[in-house]
Amino acid sequence: MGLALALVVICITVTSCYFFWAHTWWFPIDISTIGPAVDHQFMLTLVITGIIFVVAQFALAYAVWKYGSKKDGRKARYSHGNSALEATWTLAAAVLFIGLNLMGYKTWAAIHFIGAPPGAMQIEVWGQQFEWYFRYPGPDGKFGPVHVEKVDDAMGNYLGLDRDHDADSKDDIVTATLAFPVNREVNLILRSKDVTHSFYVRELRMKQDLVPGMEIPIHFTATKTGRYELACAELCGLGHYKMRAFVDVMTQQDFDKWLAQQAASQ
Amino acid sequence: MRKQNWILLFTALMILALVACGKKEEETAEQPATPATNAPAPTPIDQSTVGEVTGKVSFEGTKPKTPVIHMDQDPVCVQKHAGKPVHAEDGDVNDNGTLPNVFVYVKSGAEKYTFAPPSDPVVLDQNGCMYQPHVLGIMAGQTLKVVSSDATTHNIHPMPKDNREWNMSQAPGAAPIEQKFARPEIMVPVKCNQHPWMRAWIGVTSNPFYAVTGSDGTFTIKGLPPGTYTIEAWSAIGGTGQTSDQTVTIGPKESKTLDFSFKAS
Repeated sequence: MGLALALVVICITVTSCYFFWAHTWWFPIDISTIGPAVDHQFMLTLVITGIIFVVAQFALAYAVWKYGSKKDGRKARYSHGNSALEATWTLAAAVLFIGLNLMGYKTWAAIHFIGAPPGAMQIEVWGQQFEWYFRYPGPDGKFGPVHVEKVDDAMGNYLGLDRDHDADSKDDIVTATLAFPVNREVNLILRSKDVTHSFYVRELRMKQDLVPGMEIPIHFTATKTGRYELACAELCGLGHYKMRAFVDVMTQQDFDKWLAQQAASQ
Repeated sequence: MRKQNWILLFTALMILALVACGKKEEETAEQPATPATNAPAPTPIDQSTVGEVTGKVSFEGTKPKTPVIHMDQDPVCVQKHAGKPVHAEDGDVNDNGTLPNVFVYVKSGAEKYTFAPPSDPVVLDQNGCMYQPHVLGIMAGQTLKVVSSDATTHNIHPMPKDNREWNMSQAPGAAPIEQKFARPEIMVPVKCNQHPWMRAWIGVTSNPFYAVTGSDGTFTIKGLPPGTYTIEAWSAIGGTGQTSDQTVTIGPKESKTLDFSFKAS
């Protein structure tokens, strides 16, 4: 019985590793300048935890086989183990995880703590149950104020803009697709109208919560044109599963044309 | 106390709790304002003397720009419109300068009559992730039948002030939802919790004398017994809701014309 169980443990371990080894489900393409650093950190974490996983599972299989009850009547017995050994690997695990965190800190800081360089394109990202809206400041480069009492989705005023009275709002462009030019720094300002949502674009290697009442900036530069998917990664209610939008990375020329079309339909 | 007695006591308490919960639900369920069994019989109306009010609702000022509705979140909604832009309906003005979707009804003057709610339901469809019709009338106690022509899940959510609020999901192909409003209320906004741009307005009346203007901006209220009435027109132009009242006296078989006008709010 002990041998059979040990074989099952080994079988599960090897099968689990195979999927990673064969890249059965692997990363989507990376389209962000920050992507290689994120992927490197991810791979490093995966390899280290993978090795620990394999060693631990094989040790488990060995223990199950070696110390299980035997046919000659010897019973399995409880052992408290070795306190010194336990303290050692707990400490080793702590050092490892803190070390991995410190190594990833630089990448994290580049996205979250260090502001976007001057000249970065400013776009507001708004989450609401169960929609995404995006606001471009228009030629004046300024976002107009938001008036909560003027929010009226059925009238197309998704963000509560008062274009008749607020000069900064007049040229604001509100869209339902996120588009930006390739090879240009983009600064997204994440805002929520209701509950917590999460901005997640796999190809950008970006995931960040939108928290009501906060304006959270993240910045990046996309390196490949194409259409990608933005999905909400924080369970936000009944329609969470369909809270998605497209992300279009365009050439500067295509982007200018697209933005002009959007401005005309405001 | 013996173990069996504890089990008996626990079971009895559970049954009591279930009965209490069931009763509470029953009490909160929507009931007609006047139970059918005690409702007074409808007042007989001499159909040979009834008259009607007709009219037109016009819009004063510059036609407001109706914003495009973004439906990108749900491809089912986008595909239904085959690439054509959909505009906000509350800002609609007809080409002839009149207003569609104006709810015109007898606000007062018909109190001396009792009307039974029609047995036919009023149908509200969800088509292309828009409500059809956008504005509708229904009598208190009459059945509202909500159907869906869309292959996506909707969530119908009327937000009344004087009636019970409800909020129900409707998956593609699901059975129609049937509900009633117990009390008259002008107007009840309806939204979809799945598609925030969807909005309908329901006028709940105590009498059957109401109409909604169409693409020519006209209305006709038929079957009015002779008498003096206050006719109110309600429009969502500008998105906030405006009303305009006029008084009219109808003689036997008489047809009167009443015109209304609204400005952008």
